[in-house]
Formats: sequence, C-alpha cells, structure tokens
Amino acid sequence: MNQSPRYSVGIDLGTTHCVLSYVDLHSSDSDNIEPKILAIPQLTAAGSVEEKNQLPSFLYQAHDAELAPGQTALPWSADNQIVVGTMARNLGSKTPIRLVASAKSWLGHGGVDRHSAFLPLNSPDEVTKVSPVTASKYYLEHLAAAWLQAFPQMPLTEQDVTITVPASFDPGARELTAAAATDVGFEHLTLLEEPQAAVYSWLKNNEDNWREQVSVGDVVLVIDVGGGTTDLSLIAVTEQDGNLTLNRVAVGDHILLGGDNMDLALAYTLRAKLAQQGKNLQPWQIQGMVHACRDAKEALLNDSDLQTVPIVVPSRGSKLLGSTLKTELTQQEVQQVLVEGFFPQTPVTEHPVAQARTALTQMGLPYAQDAAISRHLAAFLNRQHDAVTELFGESEQDFIKPTAILFNGGVLKSDLLSSRLMAIINGWLTDADADEAKLLTGVDLDLAVASGASYYGYVRHGKGVRIRGGIASAYYVGIESAMPAIPGMAPPVEAICVAPFGMEEGSSTQVTDRQFGVVVGQPVQFKFFGSTVRRDDEVGTHLDFWAPDELEQLPEISATLPIEGRNAGDVVPVTLAAHVTEVGTLALDVIARDGDERWHVEFDVRAK
Amino acid sequence: MNLDFSAIFETAPNLLDQGHAGLAATAVIFALLYVSKKGKSEIVEKEIEVVNEVEVIKEVEVIKEVEVIKEVEVIKEVEVIKEVEVSPKLDSTSPAAALQLLSLLQQEARFIDFISEDLTGFADAEVGAAARVIHEGGQKVLSQYFTLEPVVNQEEESPITLPAGFDATQIRLTGNVVGQAPFSGVLVHKGWKVAATKLPKLAPGHDLNIVAAAEVEL
Repeated sequence: MNQSPRYSVGIDLGTTHCVLSYVDLHSSDSDNIEPKILAIPQLTAAGSVEEKNQLPSFLYQAHDAELAPGQTALPWSADNQIVVGTMARNLGSKTPIRLVASAKSWLGHGGVDRHSAFLPLNSPDEVTKVSPVTASKYYLEHLAAAWLQAFPQMPLTEQDVTITVPASFDPGARELTAAAATDVGFEHLTLLEEPQAAVYSWLKNNEDNWREQVSVGDVVLVIDVGGGTTDLSLIAVTEQDGNLTLNRVAVGDHILLGGDNMDLALAYTLRAKLAQQGKNLQPWQIQGMVHACRDAKEALLNDSDLQTVPIVVPSRGSKLLGSTLKTELTQQEVQQVLVEGFFPQTPVTEHPVAQARTALTQMGLPYAQDAAISRHLAAFLNRQHDAVTELFGESEQDFIKPTAILFNGGVLKSDLLSSRLMAIINGWLTDADADEAKLLTGVDLDLAVASGASYYGYVRHGKGVRIRGGIASAYYVGIESAMPAIPGMAPPVEAICVAPFGMEEGSSTQVTDRQFGVVVGQPVQFKFFGSTVRRDDEVGTHLDFWAPDELEQLPEISATLPIEGRNAGDVVPVTLAAHVTEVGTLALDVIARDGDERWHVEFDVRAK
Repeated sequence: MNLDFSAIFETAPNLLDQGHAGLAATAVIFALLYVSKKGKSEIVEKEIEVVNEVEVIKEVEVIKEVEVIKEVEVIKEVEVIKEVEVSPKLDSTSPAAALQLLSLLQQEARFIDFISEDLTGFADAEVGAAARVIHEGGQKVLSQYFTLEPVVNQEEESPITLPAGFDATQIRLTGNVVGQAPFSGVLVHKGWKVAATKLPKLAPGHDLNIVAAAEVEL
C-alpha cells in the first residue's frame, strides 16, 4: 500500500511503561489537533483482559505448567506463552527468574552485547533468554496488535510512527531501538528524544500563548525524571525572520536513577526500622513493602500536613489477622530519604561522587552510584557552561543559567519534589546574581512524551514549530598513534572527528584528509568516542589530547571487509563517512579509496 | 418498576364491546411498552385516558409513537393481557459478573480471606491492620472498575423537595409517606449510582468459580 499514513503515532517506549498516542493527519480542523491516548488491552490476571493507558514494559515467559490453556487469551491471539504488561509484572514479582524488566536500560548499556539473548539475567538455563532488542520488539508488537484492534483497516506498521528515546542514548542504542521497530515492520519510523517530546507536548498545550511565555535569549532546562532514568536537555530560544525558534543545544549523560530507586530506598529504610524492633522481613515482604511505599510516598508527598501513613503488608496465606505486618512511613522519613537523599540542597559546585567499583561486581546495569539528582544536575549545568555561546554570543564562566524549567516524568508530579528542585536551581541562580528561572507548566507528566511524539509527527508535515537540534554529540574514531613501542605502556590514542556536533538528519560527512588501512576478511575494531561539549570540531579534526570529561568512550565499533574481489589479508586504504538517517540514527561507513565500495560499520560489536 | 396496572386490566375491557376490546388491548400493551421505556408516571395517566375514550384516531397515534405497527395484528386477544398479568417475569442474574467481582475483591483486597476469619480473640489493632488491606484494595477495585456518583448531589441532612413524577427507583420515600407530590423531606442518604462499569474481559472457558487459585512456591 502506497497511500500516505493516516495517523501520526507517538510511542513512549519507556523503561517501566509504554504509552501510545495518535493524531489524525487527515483531520480537517488543523487548529484543533488533539493527541489521543490508545487504551491498550492487556492481561491483568489469568484469563482476564483489561484496557489501560499504560502498558508496563515487562515480559514474562511462563512455564508450560504455570498457566492453563486459554488463560492467556488476548483479543487478537488465543495463546500467549510470553506475557507482556500488567500480568507479566504481577507474575514476575513472585517469580523473578522468568521476568524481563528494564530492557530499555540494557539497550542503553554499552558494556554488554545488546544483540545477545541474556535476559532474564542469571536465571536458570531452562528459561529461554531474550535480547533487549527482542524484548523491545515484543512490546512494540503488543502495541501494534492493540492498534489493529482499534483500527482494523489501518495497521500500525503503515502509520507515521515516532518512537521516543532518551536524549542520552548513544548511536548504538538508537540503532537497536530502530532495529526492534524495523523487525516489527514499521515503514515510516522516526526517533525523537524524550525531553524534546515533552517540549512538543508543552508547545501543543500552550499553542495560543507559548510565545508569551518564552522569549529570545531564554534557555529552557528540561528535567525528565522517569521510573528508571533521569534525562536532561537544554533548549535555547532564538529568533529567525521574526519568528521564535527553538534549538536543542545540549543533552545530559545517561543517568539510571528514577522513581523506582525512591520506592526501594523507602522500603529499605522501613526494613531497617523493623529490624531494630527485632522483626526480620522475608524477601516477599520486602516486595510488598516496595509496593506499599509507592502509594504511601505519593500520599505523603502531596500532603505535607500528613504526618504518617500506615504501611501494611498482608500475609501470604489466607489468614490475614495476626500475620499481617504493619508499620508506618512518616513524613520525616520521606523528607529525609527522598528530599534530602535525592534532592539535597547542595551548591552548584558539588558534583556526583564517583566511587571506584570493587573488583568483584556482578554483571548488571550501571545504576547511578550517587542518588543525588541535584548533584547530577549541577554537573550537567557546569559541563554545558558554554552551550549557548555560539547562539547568543555571550559566554558563561561557571555554569549555564537556565531561565525557564520544564518538568516531566511521574516523580515530579509531586509538588513537594518539584518545588524543592525549583528552589535548588533558583538558589544556584540567585547565588550567581542571575534571575530566578520560571516554571513552564501545562503538560501531563505521565503522558507528555507520547503525546508530544505524535504531535511531532504532525509538526513534521510542516504544520507547527520544530525544535532544531541535529545530533547532540560529536563522534570520534580512535586510532593508535604511530610511535615506537614503550614497554608497559599502551600506545596513546588519537581521536578523529567523524560526525560533528549538531549534524542534521539527512546530512552526510566524509573524512577526506586521513586514510586508514583495513585488513580484508577480518573484523577490524575501532575505538569510538562521543563528546557532548566539543561543539566546534569539524569533520576530520584530529585530537591527540583531551580532558578526561570531554570525550566519553563508547562501545567499540567494527567493520568487516568481505573477501570478494580481493585477497584475504590485504590491507585496503579506506576513509570514513558518516550519515544521519531520516530515522534519526547515525550511520558510519567505510569507503575504499581505490573504488566506490562502502561497508557498514557496526556500532554494537557482537561478542564472539 | 412497580407500577400498578391491575385497575386498567380489570375495568377497561369491561367498558368496551368486543370489537373495541382488541384495540383497547393493543393500546394497553403499547402503553405498557411505552411506559417501560420512558418510566414516567405522567404518561401512564395519559394512556389510560386514551383507553377510556376509545377513539380510533388516537389509538393510531399511540401506535405510531411506539412504532411497532406489525405487532398490532399479532396481539388481538384479550387473553394476552391476562398472561402478562399472571406471570410477572423475574430476571435471574448470571453469576458470572458476581464471581468476577468477588475474584477482583479477593485479588486486590483479600476480601474473602478477611470476611471468612473469626475476629474473636484478635485485638482491635490487628483487625485494624487487616482492615487497611481490605479498605485500600477495595477502594482500588471500586475506582478502577466503576464510576460511582451520588444519586442526589446535595448535602445530606438538608431539606429536599421532590416534584410529582420523581423516579421511585432512584429515590426512596420513608417515614410519614402520605399525601401527594410534591413531597418535602430531608435527604438522609444521597444514594449511589454507577455511571459506568468497566470490568475486565474474560478469556473463553475461564473458570470463574476459582475466585483465588491456590499458590504453591517451588
């Protein structure tokens, strides 16, 4: 079918939840475009299906003997040995060895082979393993089936689909997300950074007056604290031909820190309190505690007059009385653990404490070691101190001073936490003799990313303001310097810029003044670096020295030149070319200098 | 609906000759249909008048209103009316929805566990702890699957006037129930009505009698 897509669909493929939103592109009333949220049918218990706006991003592989036949029927398929959504999360809380969770965090984790099937981690051999890409594919397939249920004539694969990714995702993680979507069959796919999606949602909801809320010279700081990650971006407001223009000028690091950490922290505080009273909790009780703390936290955070909220963990058996565990969570504990622990009032000069990892660590996700979001934020603002130098022509010496703040993510729904974070930022600004930043409002903190994404699909048809940005990082390939070997010292590495900061989608670059030798028939690995602060390096820029926090080493990349037409072992002189695809991924190619052959460079090096 | 039609059935046909009896009967049937649709007592009175006047033109009007002209031919005999009279049909509800609700309440609120226990011998603090489980869970079930709203949206223990034709299924009169509407009284309980129900859909063949499966940890 070659007809143009009817709907623009935004998919928030989240760490803990997926949300799907859509906009009718054929709507005659262009002033009245309203992104809608699709209710997603999903199993909630054996044999029972409910529609919910959010699909929990969990996958459960049931044992053959676990669920009776027909108990996993969905409106579109009778039997599903692999369960996705609410029921998967519920079953997994009691049988974690069969549960895949946080697939998205694994996609963004360069330290593992993201194509290999290793989830659920450390579970018995009998449990079939899936890769983070496959898990993401299952969530997308579920969404596609739910969509088809609602729009039987218009498969999701034929619609204009925008999937959101964290702004901090490296090129490999973006490519893998796109690969999962391509596997499902999406024909018109675009990736969008989540903080940008939140801004689009804000633009949509303030259609009439956003131009009065920001003005030229404003720097908007987007803070997105979700269930599993914290994502930061800076948007600068400029003017072109008399119109306000938005430019995404910087993105933060990948920080695995979010609402789930807060629930855990509270549950462990209570466990310690009970241990002091001589009560030791069993693992299933801690699970129940985390669950209860989530609700209690919300109650306490939304009402500062509330002093205590009882926490009750019911017994596992049918006897409730006498074996139900009761304790309470106090306002003071919430203040101490959440407010002081995650949002401490630290100066802007204080940055996350990085502890050296002990030699023996389990393979796992690289969770942020410092839980203080304020310190991560301070580090970001410092590192990006000259993010707007080029646009506004003025340079900040110490840290960039945002003039407006946009919040997103479930954690910041709490007035207490959002006003605390505002107070911290404004404290920094006041100390630096800058004006206080104002809070931009009018987004639904749970659904903004999905709605913003579907609205973005609409905007891409030339119907509204687009945020400019390009890639938020410059990328470099590492080459070992040619120098005499020194015993005991690795040869120093030089970095060559292959893709400059801000490269727009659809554009290409090529390194012309350097050439490399690649051995035919053998995989050749390159060191690969990214920098979110070196904005001025052009393609081919050659660095032999950089400050430790300027360049971040990314997973190695590799290319294999096929033997056809050449002799194995020959060294072929090549050059490197970069291209930002329409989808929004970065593609690197190796080009032979003596011909016009091109070979694709893999971001995700498969372990052999 | 508790409307008393016995008066109509007994008196109306007696006033008529056989020829009109059939017409009167159809009129009553349609009056019944009409009333059960609209559920307003005003209309009942109106239709009764129609029956008494036995004016053919008016009958036609009534039939048109209901728009089931075909049935006129089918129901011609007075006996039909008697049948309606002797067998008031009572619906028996399907247990499926009740079992499903029970299962949801057990899942979320441990409802069956709690109600099945003998409370004697337990301190109030322990009962209180368990009550929180059932309260929190029960609240979740109610808010997730039902949209509840009060029948009368005004402060309880405040005066209220009920106009003639108020709906007796929605509002129950108690105490000194005499005289004619409008009635003046005090709102004792504002009532609850379910504005929307959204229960989970069930897999075909799902055994609803198992409201909670036994659990075995390996």
